[in-house]
Amino acid sequence: MEVQIDDSILVRDYIQGDEKALELLLKKHNQRILSFIYSKVRDRDIAEDIFQDTFIKVIRTLKKGSYSEEGKFLPWVMRIAHNLIIDHFRRNKKMPKYQGNKEFDIFSILSDGELNAERRLIKEQIEADITVLVDQLPEDQKEVLTMRIYKDMSFKEIADITGVSINTALGRMRYALINIRKMVEQNNIVLTN
Amino acid sequence: MKHCYPQPVPACRLVKARPETINFLLSYSRSLHVSRHKDLVFTNHKN
Repeated sequence: MEVQIDDSILVRDYIQGDEKALELLLKKHNQRILSFIYSKVRDRDIAEDIFQDTFIKVIRTLKKGSYSEEGKFLPWVMRIAHNLIIDHFRRNKKMPKYQGNKEFDIFSILSDGELNAERRLIKEQIEADITVLVDQLPEDQKEVLTMRIYKDMSFKEIADITGVSINTALGRMRYALINIRKMVEQNNIVLTN
Repeated sequence: MKHCYPQPVPACRLVKARPETINFLLSYSRSLHVSRHKDLVFTNHKN
């Protein structure tokens, strides 16, 4: 039977120079952390890169003695991974996109098969309106709503990363939706296509 | 409120780190050396 050693003990041993402790921490958590990263980026190689960068940060922080042990090693590592995932998506946003030209427009032969031009414009307008509304929310509500809706994270993951209970995360989501509804009513915004 | 939630997604795929990644991290850790002088912290890699 395999004995599970507490993270805080492994972290303490590692800080004191026991390299075997890091091996055990990696063995213990690698599947959970990598699966979390993979669930967001959906690319095996990118997930592996982010996982590697996450642990490089973990190793450096532990060796420098900057980590304060509060029994939350895994949430701390998950938070680092989460920040690196956000960095990855931010970098990708800056990638050049194909625009087409007068002679040839790729969109004249490609179609999504669902929306015509008018409906697409309406959809874009709705998405832009929602973005503005989300931006008006208090920071804590915006954070939970963004993670849930745009990043498709579970409330358990949101709670772990933001450092609050699941109930608090659920409450923030609820208030975010209530506030958005209020703003929609106050500004007579139509959010239907 | 149901409109605010996305369609259910398939169960999360479990993936494990490749042995090369784990070995790299272990080697990186072994090579990383941190030294302190007063308030300064120096990091370097031993070959």
